Amino acid sequence: MGKFWTLLFLLVPILGVLCFALAPGMNYWLPEDISEHGHQIDHLFMFCLVLTGVVFVATEAVLCWFMWKYDAQHNKEAVKYSHGSHNLEVIWTIVPAATLLFIAIYQMNAWADVKIREPDMPATVEVTGRQFEWRIRYPGPDGQIGTLDDIHTVNDLHIPVNEQILLNLKSMDVLHDFFVPHLRIKQDAVPGNTIPMWFTARKNGTYDIVCAELCGWGHYKMKGRLTVESAEDYKAWLDKLAQDQKATQ
Amino acid sequence: MSTTVAGSHAHSHAPSQGIGAFLRTYVFSLDHKVIGIQFLFSTLLWFVVGGLLALAVRWQLAWPWSDMPIVGRMLFSAQGGQISPEFYTMLFTMHATVMIFFVIIPILAGAFGNFLIPLMIGADDMAFPTLNMLSYWFMWPAFVAMTMSFFVAGGASAGGWTNYPPLSTVQSASPGSHTGQTLWLIGLTFVGVSSMMGSVNYMTTIIQMRAPGMTMFRLPMTIWGMFITAVLQAFALPVLTAAGFMQLCDRLLGTGFFIPEGLYVNGAEAQAGGGQPLLWQHLFWFYSHPAVYIMILPAMGIVSDILTVFSRKPLFGYKPMIYSISGIAGLGFIVWGHHMFMSGMNPALGMTFMVSTMMIALPSAIKTFNWLGTIWGGKITYNTPMLFALSFVSMFIIGGLSGIFMAATPVDIFIHDTYFIVGHIHYVLFGGTAFAVFGAIYYWFPKMFGRMMNDSWGKAHFFFSFIFFNGTFFTMHILGTGGFPRRYADPYHFETFKHLQSMNQFMTICALGMGAAQIIFAVNFFYSLFFGPRCGRNPWRANSLEWSAPSPPGHGNFDSQPIVYRGPYEYNNPEADDDYYPQTTPPPATHGQSQPAPALAH
Repeated sequence: MGKFWTLLFLLVPILGVLCFALAPGMNYWLPEDISEHGHQIDHLFMFCLVLTGVVFVATEAVLCWFMWKYDAQHNKEAVKYSHGSHNLEVIWTIVPAATLLFIAIYQMNAWADVKIREPDMPATVEVTGRQFEWRIRYPGPDGQIGTLDDIHTVNDLHIPVNEQILLNLKSMDVLHDFFVPHLRIKQDAVPGNTIPMWFTARKNGTYDIVCAELCGWGHYKMKGRLTVESAEDYKAWLDKLAQDQKATQ
Repeated sequence: MSTTVAGSHAHSHAPSQGIGAFLRTYVFSLDHKVIGIQFLFSTLLWFVVGGLLALAVRWQLAWPWSDMPIVGRMLFSAQGGQISPEFYTMLFTMHATVMIFFVIIPILAGAFGNFLIPLMIGADDMAFPTLNMLSYWFMWPAFVAMTMSFFVAGGASAGGWTNYPPLSTVQSASPGSHTGQTLWLIGLTFVGVSSMMGSVNYMTTIIQMRAPGMTMFRLPMTIWGMFITAVLQAFALPVLTAAGFMQLCDRLLGTGFFIPEGLYVNGAEAQAGGGQPLLWQHLFWFYSHPAVYIMILPAMGIVSDILTVFSRKPLFGYKPMIYSISGIAGLGFIVWGHHMFMSGMNPALGMTFMVSTMMIALPSAIKTFNWLGTIWGGKITYNTPMLFALSFVSMFIIGGLSGIFMAATPVDIFIHDTYFIVGHIHYVLFGGTAFAVFGAIYYWFPKMFGRMMNDSWGKAHFFFSFIFFNGTFFTMHILGTGGFPRRYADPYHFETFKHLQSMNQFMTICALGMGAAQIIFAVNFFYSLFFGPRCGRNPWRANSLEWSAPSPPGHGNFDSQPIVYRGPYEYNNPEADDDYYPQTTPPPATHGQSQPAPALAH
């Protein structure tokens, strides 16, 4: 029976690797990256995947090899009466420790780019989460957010392509999370705090804005749309919005 | 239940007259074994409840807004047999709450901790039997509160098991934030008090009541796991209890610890202000991250013991194993921030937590290598407990490695709050802990009830659980890679996630199969309870002390005070006549001679 069970356990690394190998081809993968910084995150994801993949296959293979070889029904060798090996313990402490420390340090630059090195510029737009919608406001002619001439929209965020955006994130009620999978950005919106996010989109199109922090029964329908467009189209859209707003006032 | 308890009291000399005596012996018993079995039955019952909640979640994710077959009309007649989005939030909140606080933690510490600690260290009972009894009965107000919460206006808590304010704190923020959330907090407090009483008891018992010769470094790993867990409980849990009280005060007294100024919820201004929602997250995770280790360390101990017995080999690296779990416990206190990388906490602090989180993978890796070392060169018997123990190792490798992705802060930007994390937690807690618990039940069932469970049925249970578990949860990593968010009642109206529905349907079918496989276990368990073949004291030919007591052990556990001569892992020791060498067998040089008892260990 040992062989049967070994083969069952062997399915884990085989199907596991197969799953990850086939997924990109079947479009079950990271959504297309349209941001400037996203390649760093995708690279680190692949880096973790390859590294853990190698460890995964190696340890599962060793497990299966031992299960196969030391099955009591077939193994005629005497049991190795051993309480361990000091040398092995030292090796398998130091090698993973160094590797893990390296992985941690290797992440830091990308993290700092996305979350710490805030660009010195005025905010392009302010997004406020609210059950269950995104309230968006652009500065009016005075270039300031929070004044009377602000331009308002709901769930419809437009940004110019290839320009750095500074987005201030707020919440009116509970926690939300501003997640744009294609832009590789995610940040909780915390009531009482204003949290800046910065990014550059490099491809025109419309993309989903997803709320990634549970915000109540309608969490699933808190859907926004991000439109990335040329600077001219963006300006035209913003002007039209300002005019419509003026007309209704 | 009374039959089984009667069985375990075959040797009891407790008075058995009148209803008072009956209650004292079988209901409000002070005997650690009865209390352990009470915990076991309660937690298994809640396992069924938690599992059904999960299946309802899976149903919604595979076929959103469609009538649930068979039970749908009965449960959701108002919506014509569908799950409403409000109810969906309650489903996943209560699934996690039940599984974590009513199943995993109490089955490890309450059921196995209670049953095994005195038996494995050679004591006649716990240090504080009354406290021990109370630790079980304090679970009941929690059971009642959580059950009631489904039936009060607004329904059960719906803020996720983490219950972040303001959603959970401002009553108008969600339907479950009415009475349901208050009951949730009250229930959690009772669970906390129960665990606290248990942990004080376990620490004292393990330190003070070991048999002569049972030094700390002769304890089986199961006991080490329980010991370190008790320490974690004792130091981390008060923080959660305090935080729970603060949330309760915010809700009922308007204190505003977690509610900031100027909140505008659901069309009305929230009353209190001046608080900070992140404070709850810090306090909550200060307990709830160590809680992950509370939910895995005893399982690691159990697996270490089962692997040695059925490989007929000493544990590879006993002391490194102990240092590893101690290291996990120590580091476990400084990694809670990795739940908060996206929370708005200072991102520079995120880097610190990333380093500590990466380093906590190290002791887990050491443990895995030592388990592989344990089966290396042994003689493996493939029975049900061993299969579950081996699957723990195999699944824990996946759960451990997927943790690296979340620890890496830039990668976490993408996968945070996606199904990647849901897959990760289930590989650790289901593929890890729950499989170890199944192994433990098959392994110690003979000691608990004096009868064997059926091994063929056990293997069938293992086979289907293993296949369907992986079918359900491995795919979650792929979903997470696609950005699929968790806690969504219907993700498919997003263009980005539309194509992932077929994969969810596959997972739900696997989950239903996994649920069905547990019927095999339930039938086997109850059948064996009454009709399983009787076993002797030591059916597995194991070394540790519990196997020298009768099966089931009577009141006071051992025939006479056990004396311990060696560690618990002396399998195939050349000095012994047999391939095992019980801890109580005197060394050959002194065979047949009267010899002085070794000095007390402490």
